[in-house]
Amino acid sequence: MEIFWFIIIAIVLAVFFILDGYDFGAGIIHLFFAKTEKDREVIAKSAGLFWDSNEVWLVAGGGMLFMAFPSFYASVFSGFYLPLIIVLWLIIFRAIGLEFRSKFHYQMWKDIWDKAFGISSLLLALFFGIALGNVVRGVNLGGLENGVYAYEKHFFFLPLWDSSFSPLSVHPGVIDWFTIIIGLISVITLAIHGANWIILKTNSSINIKLKGVIFNLNIALLVLTVLSLAVWNMINSDSLNNFIERPYLIIFPVLYFTGLIGLFFIKRFKKEINGFIFSSLLIVGGITSSLASMFPVLLPSVNNSEDALTIYNTSTHEYGLSVAIGWGIVGFILLFVYVIIQKRMMSGKIDGMDYGHP
Amino acid sequence: MEDMIFYDRLQFAFTITFHYIFPQLTMGLSLIIVYFKWKYLRSKIEKYNDAAKFFMKIFAVNFTMGVVTGIPMEFQFGTNWANFSELTGGIIGQTLAMEGMFSFFLESSFLVLFIFGEKLMGQKLHFLTGFLVFLGSWASGWFILATNAWMQHPVGYEILDNGKYILNNFSAIFANPWLIPAFLHNQMASVVTSSFVVASIGAFYILREKNIEYGKLFLKTGVVFGIISSLLVAFPTGDWNAKNVAKHQPPSFAAMEGIFKTEDAGAEIVLIGQPNMVEKKIDNKIAVPNVLSFLTYQNWNTQIPGMDQFKKEDLPDNIPALYYSYHIMVGLGTIFIALMALSLFFLWRKKLYHIKFLLWTIMFMVPFPYIANLTGWYVAELGRQPYLVYGLLRTSEGISPTVSSGNTLFTLLGFVGLYMLLGLLFLVLVGKTIHQGPKPQTH
Repeated sequence: MEIFWFIIIAIVLAVFFILDGYDFGAGIIHLFFAKTEKDREVIAKSAGLFWDSNEVWLVAGGGMLFMAFPSFYASVFSGFYLPLIIVLWLIIFRAIGLEFRSKFHYQMWKDIWDKAFGISSLLLALFFGIALGNVVRGVNLGGLENGVYAYEKHFFFLPLWDSSFSPLSVHPGVIDWFTIIIGLISVITLAIHGANWIILKTNSSINIKLKGVIFNLNIALLVLTVLSLAVWNMINSDSLNNFIERPYLIIFPVLYFTGLIGLFFIKRFKKEINGFIFSSLLIVGGITSSLASMFPVLLPSVNNSEDALTIYNTSTHEYGLSVAIGWGIVGFILLFVYVIIQKRMMSGKIDGMDYGHP
Repeated sequence: MEDMIFYDRLQFAFTITFHYIFPQLTMGLSLIIVYFKWKYLRSKIEKYNDAAKFFMKIFAVNFTMGVVTGIPMEFQFGTNWANFSELTGGIIGQTLAMEGMFSFFLESSFLVLFIFGEKLMGQKLHFLTGFLVFLGSWASGWFILATNAWMQHPVGYEILDNGKYILNNFSAIFANPWLIPAFLHNQMASVVTSSFVVASIGAFYILREKNIEYGKLFLKTGVVFGIISSLLVAFPTGDWNAKNVAKHQPPSFAAMEGIFKTEDAGAEIVLIGQPNMVEKKIDNKIAVPNVLSFLTYQNWNTQIPGMDQFKKEDLPDNIPALYYSYHIMVGLGTIFIALMALSLFFLWRKKLYHIKFLLWTIMFMVPFPYIANLTGWYVAELGRQPYLVYGLLRTSEGISPTVSSGNTLFTLLGFVGLYMLLGLLFLVLVGKTIHQGPKPQTH
């Protein structure tokens, strides 16, 4: 039952990063490449129409995590207190940037909210990668210091950084050189994904240029991926065990590399959807590979204690989990219907849709 | 430790207060928009469709505010109340996850269609998407109230040896006797807010002699919705809730009514006065004997336990705040009924649009239903103290053990600054929409 909910939440998380990922990416592209007002407007619109229904996946995933693994939710949310609250502020900034840019028709107003949208998208993408890096690396569970635990063993508190910025330090902070690498991977991945979305959904004048951008970003992504894999095993020495014991899990890294290789052919794709599919593979493959390498651990401990947080020692009771499957099935069927309706109504390019002043 | 509890509570109180400015309008206004849209479908008079679209613009800004200030609420269960989340997540996680699944997806999927899809879908489907947005927003209220009802009056749970609460009866959560009265009371109160907003904009247009036809429509609609909802808030829904508190949380009932001393027979109802916590009495009191006993138990002489009957550690920790919140809510509720009844009378006599003083009053009344809604929630939350889960888990036991008060103060200050900006933007944008008016604009 724990495994079932673990998979469900992983799927919800992956869908969240595919969906909201494209509007984060659109923000990054918007910040660096959109020069004319027409492009800026249409790119902001390609994110603005959808961010709200996309972000519901995060809220729903958070709710399910809370319900199924309450100890994990409590430990991680309080332990990563500062970065999480900063993420909240960025989410708020981004949303008001998207919603309010078209409310007044003068350039200065639009410039303010364009920057709010672009910069907060960039920082959020970075923070999401850093979050993943932290989860892979682990934390000092129980706040162990000189052999004494400061809290109960499943609680911890992480500073934003430790003066060494090293993931190998006794008290690694949220930001260190390893989590920065993963953060950059996240930024580049989402930028590629966002560029594909813009190509798919808009007629912006930079669409052709964006294919070149994707190609170049992909080279950087390849370099960073190799670099991260080189240090990954140093950070988390158990990371290969699962793949050796259960070879079928190799499918997840394969998805990632399919996406990575596929995107080198971006300029030859006939259909615009293809690029988007390959960057979705990147996202799904990246998240699932990380989770699969750790399973059943959810958060490792960097101190000597054996008590990593796992799906088994943080879950709620059997009855609650099985009841939730009942309503979960109904919910997912309904959700599937909404998504189909919404995609059908909003299919095709969005340039012509009236935005801001309905 | 005391510091940590204080700042955690202050941050939650501040963020939830600011958040709840928005959903109360979302829920009530979606109902009124659906009504306008329905009138348009029936009558084909353009005015109704313009009205629906005008309030949709205000709704959209308001909805965004509700979403962005709502996400921090879910996060804060984990960030600031980790012990509480860990112990009770197996239960309240259910209702919160269901809220995401059954209400947020519905709301967000169809709102975008409702705003952008009128030409695409035709009028009947457009009405349907509006109705689904309404349904989603009320479902959200339902799940939040179910969560809160469980904290007020826990049911369907079992406590394990390690102190964790687990669910053992799913349907009990939704059959909670606290839930339906609280939900209906809350929803009606949100309709009151929206009625006043609609009526107030109407009064403004009439007084300003601009968009007068729309002004009359808004005022009329606001007054009709307003009188019905103001009455329903008080009776029967408010009455049910008060009886629930009297039955299940007697110390809170004594505190909110301001009864320090138990009377031998019937208890008086305190209308006005200030709690004096040193001498344990109400200063400058105006009270009516025996009425509280009658209202609560339909018997003039039923004894109601005062605060002297309870141990200090079982009484709410801020009795004056609870007392004032309750009295402000009830006082305002009474004024709303009187004002709406008066307006309805003159509407029926076809004089309302010309009585300047009444129009001015309605226009400036708009902040007060917000205050009544918020103080109503303060009654629920302060009244539940000193517990998070009534009778079982104390507030002091629920906070995050690792988050220091300095960190919480830092984030609280950040929220205060950011929310000031949000509030300002909200007022500017809604003000602009009202200024532009409901006439279809070409641009």
